[in-house]
Amino acid sequence: MRRVSYAQAIREAHAELLSADPRVFLIGQGLWSPWYAGTTLKDIDREFGRDRVIDTPVSENAVTGAAVGAALQGMHPIVFHPRMDFMLLAVDPIVNQAANWCYIFSGQISVPVVIRAVINRGGEQGAQHSQALHAMFMHVPGLKVVMPSTPYDAKGLLIAAVQDDNPVLYIDDRWLYEDEGDVPEGRYGVPIGSAAIRRKGTDVTIVGISYMAREAVEAGEQLADEGIDSEVIDLRSLKPWDKELVLASVRKTGLLVVADSGWRTCGASAEIAATVSGEGFAWLKAPVVRVALPDCPAPTSRWQEKAYYRTAADIVAAARGLVGVRQYEASA
Amino acid sequence: MASKCHLVEAESAEARQIAALESAVSRDGIAGLLLEMYSTMLRIRVFEEQVAALVEAGEIKTPCHLYIGQEAVATGVCAALEVSDTIWGNHRSHGHYLAKGGDSCTMMAEIFGKKTGCCKGRGGSMHLFSKEVGILGTVPIVAGTVPLAVGAALAAKLRRDGSVSVAFFGDGTLDEGHVHESLNLAALYRLPVVFVCENNFYASHMQLLERRVKDNLHQAGEFFGVPGVREDGNDVVAVYEAARGAVERARSGDGPSLLEFRTFRWRGHVGPSWDTDVGVKRRDELKDWLPKDPIARARTRLLELGAGMEALERVENSARDDAQFAVSFARRSPYPGQDAVLDHVFACSEGGPRCEG
Repeated sequence: MRRVSYAQAIREAHAELLSADPRVFLIGQGLWSPWYAGTTLKDIDREFGRDRVIDTPVSENAVTGAAVGAALQGMHPIVFHPRMDFMLLAVDPIVNQAANWCYIFSGQISVPVVIRAVINRGGEQGAQHSQALHAMFMHVPGLKVVMPSTPYDAKGLLIAAVQDDNPVLYIDDRWLYEDEGDVPEGRYGVPIGSAAIRRKGTDVTIVGISYMAREAVEAGEQLADEGIDSEVIDLRSLKPWDKELVLASVRKTGLLVVADSGWRTCGASAEIAATVSGEGFAWLKAPVVRVALPDCPAPTSRWQEKAYYRTAADIVAAARGLVGVRQYEASA
Repeated sequence: MASKCHLVEAESAEARQIAALESAVSRDGIAGLLLEMYSTMLRIRVFEEQVAALVEAGEIKTPCHLYIGQEAVATGVCAALEVSDTIWGNHRSHGHYLAKGGDSCTMMAEIFGKKTGCCKGRGGSMHLFSKEVGILGTVPIVAGTVPLAVGAALAAKLRRDGSVSVAFFGDGTLDEGHVHESLNLAALYRLPVVFVCENNFYASHMQLLERRVKDNLHQAGEFFGVPGVREDGNDVVAVYEAARGAVERARSGDGPSLLEFRTFRWRGHVGPSWDTDVGVKRRDELKDWLPKDPIARARTRLLELGAGMEALERVENSARDDAQFAVSFARRSPYPGQDAVLDHVFACSEGGPRCEG
């Protein structure tokens, strides 16, 4: 299998989609820029023409609304937000409009729009260029939310998102762009709503989201060195999320760490913890532990960034703590 | 039940056509069209008077924002459109719906919250839909559908299907920033969209000049290169002529237009009251506007053009029958099942995992 970067996998997905389906077009800020989208859309306008790759004025609301309107007329647009923070200016067309129309009109119309948002944290960019806001959108009925962490999923989930008849928020993280992985050529979809087991184990379950899934894989290796056999799950789809797979794992391990790249309060990790506590209580041997960002905007200084962002080390510490509790209880 | 209602619809349509034919042989070519537009305006007026009465009687519960007084705008604009053109409305869209060819029975049933409604009881008065006649949706977030209409025009341009989209909105909508973004996008990409601003001078309770220092809404697009037209919104022929020009311009690839139609809503922002709750000023303005009734003006003009009283009476009777049958259809219709409340949160894709919440 050939090795391809996460960024290149995203570009391939766009190219596959634009080649295969005349209903697909791209619209958003920075699409004609050589750098705005990293290399994820490099020269895509030259390859497919600027009629179908539409760079826009800085008008997030109207641009997103136009994509929703085109989707209501049967097109399959991908609207691009180079920073998720900027997308907040487009919450009306996403939440009030795209998420609602199918329900309001009793299924007589669907909204096959993909809203792509990039998280571009770190690099001393600070509070308004770093936010991971997926939990806000998970909350909304009628929206699907995916966050791939591997090159394979980055390509397959974008293709699945465009093929879905519903509004899908596709969130990629620039911290993953250089990661390489196996990516098949051609078109394939990764089913929305399915998680992936990245490491099989029996001692503790670790659910990772977006770049924290990558950190979870790393944590799993470190834990193995200590003799702790973790099961690492990459959630990759947040709405709907693969409850069955997570519960089955917790049934086996009895312990759960949820590692999210977003904030703690009302975060994705809270939803997973609450669901597992409610539906898997009988199997839990200790309370669910969450590794998430503190309830604080992103700082800029690199020294404070190091204190703010979570890494594999935080996941290791959490898992180690849980396994320790169980060992203590077993010996008591 | 539906079939009976639709039969009556067909009879009404036939009556309208006969009347239009009778009138078309009169002196002026506009007479036939004017009679049709008179009929449409009257259907809207009578329908909404029924709605107002039923709200007062407590039979209709959903918030109803009545269009009475503004009928010429929806009617004149939609007369300039093809079935395949789309319209995008707002919270005050009963008139847009009927003018574009929506079925009065299914709208009344929707207002009643019944399963036979145009949204199967999900929409109420503020959310209306009838894809087959190009009513792509009316929703009540102010300015919510304006970018959507731009997107529909973008789809039309990409597909080269020749259709035009129309965004209907009130003067208050121009207070929203993304309307200006939308005007710019439409101009930049030369999209086949017509922005129709129904200036009724009030955003809820606030008069135009309490919200801006200039009464110059038709100029809102000039900054972006969107030409603006200001027209008497209570003269249905003037509305039609202005709309026809803008629609032709859009369809021929010359880009968007902004039409400001000056009109007045007779009732309150929401509900059937005559708005006495918002003070003396509006009451005085209403006194000035009542004699400008677009329907009475069209009727006078028809008589001047030689339309027969018999034809006018037929149209008037047909409008009354239409509204009454819509009410009886709605009353006889069932409510949607409570077991269906979770349906259609998601569209059902072929092979897709789930389409409920």
